Amino acid sequence: MIQFEKFEIANGLKILVHEDISTPMAVVNVIYDVGARDEDPAKTGFAHLFEHLMFGGSVNIPVYDEPLQLAGGDNNAFTTNDLTNYYCQLPAENLETAFWLESDRMLSLAFSKKSLEVQRKVVCEEFKEHYINKPYGDVWHKMRELTYTVHPYKWMTIGAELSHIENATLDDVKAFFSKHYNPSNAILVVAGNVTVDEVKRLTEKWFAPIPAGEKYVRNLPVEPKQTAARSNTVKANVPLDALYKCWHIYPRTDMRYYTADLITEILSGGGSSRLFQALVKEKQLFSNIECYHLGSTDAGLVTIEGKLVKGVKMEDAEAAVNEELIKLQNEGISQRELEKVINKTESMMAFEDMTITNRAASLAMYELLGDADLINKELDLYRAVTADEIKNESKIIFDEKNSNTLYYYSNN
Amino acid sequence: MNRKIAPLIKDAVEFNLQLKPYQKFALDNGVPVYAIDAGAQEVIQVEMVFYAGNWFEQQKSVAAATNYLLKNGTSTKTAFEINEVFEYYGAYCNRSCFNETAVVSLSSLSKQLPAILPIVREMITDAVFSEAELDIYKQNSKQRIKVNLQKCDFVATRLIDAYVFGEEHPYGKYTNPEDLDALNCHVLKDFFNQYYLNGQCAIFVSGKLPADIEAQLNSTFGDLALKPFSNNLSTIKQSPAAEKKYRIQNDADGVQGAIRIARNFHNRHHPDFMKVSVLNTVFGGFFGSRLMSNIREDKGYTYGIHSYVQNHIHNSAWMISTEAGKDVCEATIEEIYKEMKLLRDDLVDEEELMLVRNYLIGTLLGDLDGPFQIMGRWKNLILNNLDGDYFYRSIETIKIISAEELRELAKKYLNPEDFYEIVVI
Repeated sequence: MIQFEKFEIANGLKILVHEDISTPMAVVNVIYDVGARDEDPAKTGFAHLFEHLMFGGSVNIPVYDEPLQLAGGDNNAFTTNDLTNYYCQLPAENLETAFWLESDRMLSLAFSKKSLEVQRKVVCEEFKEHYINKPYGDVWHKMRELTYTVHPYKWMTIGAELSHIENATLDDVKAFFSKHYNPSNAILVVAGNVTVDEVKRLTEKWFAPIPAGEKYVRNLPVEPKQTAARSNTVKANVPLDALYKCWHIYPRTDMRYYTADLITEILSGGGSSRLFQALVKEKQLFSNIECYHLGSTDAGLVTIEGKLVKGVKMEDAEAAVNEELIKLQNEGISQRELEKVINKTESMMAFEDMTITNRAASLAMYELLGDADLINKELDLYRAVTADEIKNESKIIFDEKNSNTLYYYSNN
Repeated sequence: MNRKIAPLIKDAVEFNLQLKPYQKFALDNGVPVYAIDAGAQEVIQVEMVFYAGNWFEQQKSVAAATNYLLKNGTSTKTAFEINEVFEYYGAYCNRSCFNETAVVSLSSLSKQLPAILPIVREMITDAVFSEAELDIYKQNSKQRIKVNLQKCDFVATRLIDAYVFGEEHPYGKYTNPEDLDALNCHVLKDFFNQYYLNGQCAIFVSGKLPADIEAQLNSTFGDLALKPFSNNLSTIKQSPAAEKKYRIQNDADGVQGAIRIARNFHNRHHPDFMKVSVLNTVFGGFFGSRLMSNIREDKGYTYGIHSYVQNHIHNSAWMISTEAGKDVCEATIEEIYKEMKLLRDDLVDEEELMLVRNYLIGTLLGDLDGPFQIMGRWKNLILNNLDGDYFYRSIETIKIISAEELRELAKKYLNPEDFYEIVVI
């Protein structure tokens, strides 16, 4: 059970406090309700580029990192298609330093030209390092384009192309800040060796004076139900053929999400999972195979991906994957197999909650979904999933008409 | 309130850092067990460390293959059945192979330990290394290597270690597809017999420990032919490369180069080691380091650049590592050497040094958050044949090292002519 207290201040900022006196540290985690899905299709990659600029100095503080490091702290941030999360960890005695730094950059940035120029280059190198200069690095670029026709999940967080980042201007940066980076669009979580009273006092002092700004109302196009199978074929300079298949699933807050999540565990969560056993060990068609989803807030995807053993034909590999899916659809799973994936989920959750950094980030993310207490309720939601639901959902999800296949062939 | 003025801070160097002591006991066969009982979650980690790393193999890749295949079948259970037991109880059993050591580690909810320890016993006493499992391992490992060999960072990392230590040295050797082809079950079984079944072992257990942990471990492992850890290893001669600079074109379509610059360095027992750890932090050891500030935050040549001292038991290397745009690789290298020169010529100013001291102590405080992290610290000390005193002396070093000492160390160790250098595009 993870205890927390929640309150909100006049400018719309929500605050959650999780006290844990067993650690000497404090974590300050700020989540902004903006991700790559909120970008202009002509200016993709911006939410993530912006995350970099948040470290380029704020209105009253020329640099973010140094004062934090001087206070014995460390920090990082990440952007997804759904959200942007910033966190710092520092000795609890120096908690106020984090409030000072985080509130100033929520108030306003320095909007330095030099910072924009440098971070554009840094992000371009990040783009190259992960998506261009790696074999199979462009898979998600292609897969998102195939699976989404209107929803902005059709581009990656890093952006659809390098030029979008290269062309970002300071005006774009300012507009993005005023649209998304205001208190009503943020959740602050403070965890560790702190008290609710102290957090209230510091919030009043540092965050309450920030103007509320205009609340951003998200209105994204809904991806229409897919009605026919789609596929794409790629030939590239990679050593092995690979197969990628995606099917649309449910939004994160839909109860069927838990069923879909357990289905991925049944298919590939370890050495006794179905796809690994059948296709890597017994039939030896793949050298590795995974089934996963990304936990997207809006309706996401279940993915199966694997690299083919040299010499195996793509049709045979795909047929074998389909055979496993049909088996699941027709025969379902045993009670013991269901217990196994629920036990695994229970222990995974216990391990995830071991550090205050993780607990703080989870609380922020659950609150963003609408209910921070999901952190305590989710295990029961998983336990409520039945074998019948797994069988039925697998028929709906793995329907051929809902499938998207990327055949990735080696040129060599 | 003036937002331009930073709140008062307590300097992290004033913190009283404590490394929670471990409990130690021995199994009936003498195998030492180090235990940390802490944490709020009902979880436990049991790590069995064997002297079974590639230090001991006569043929390349034998140690890693043996370690991996421990979990792939015993005389009574298939790989599938073994995995099924762990997974049914929500446990994770991982194997990892390093240079001196090889590890079997188990993570699970504390309540499930009695159900899964017997399977670990079975793995380390009765693994069968069947032909069929080895063939799958060879095939899939070869495929993974093929993919990795297309990545500039993978190629550069392999080669720089080979230059510094020599391709025949455990720290420098790397696996080629033909090494995997050459493996056979008998060699693996022999290795297993010598280094696991009759091997030297130490156990590290941490988390929320059940009251009967000692009895559980002793009844599962206390009667085995295992021997206690001795910390007495043969030395293997290094044969560093004669040539220092390399440029390799690995991928015709590459848009970035992987840069690795490294020199040999002492192990943790050398008096300069701790001090150099501080110098390394200034140089390239954290986000605010000289290398990061100059090459990423000022020039934008890279997404990240780091320097670190490798965590080896016998000898180590001091390494600088980055991936930079293809056209700015040479400029990046030039800046790295410029930063070395600045450290040799000029004193680090007090403000920067204070920041580094506070940062190091603060992150150390944060790193000790939780039983697994505390045990990780202890394990590293114990495997390096060090004790708790070393931990407290390193903290003292962080607090009192002077700018003059740092400059002397830079003059001694940060000379470009001592470094190997490679760019792989």
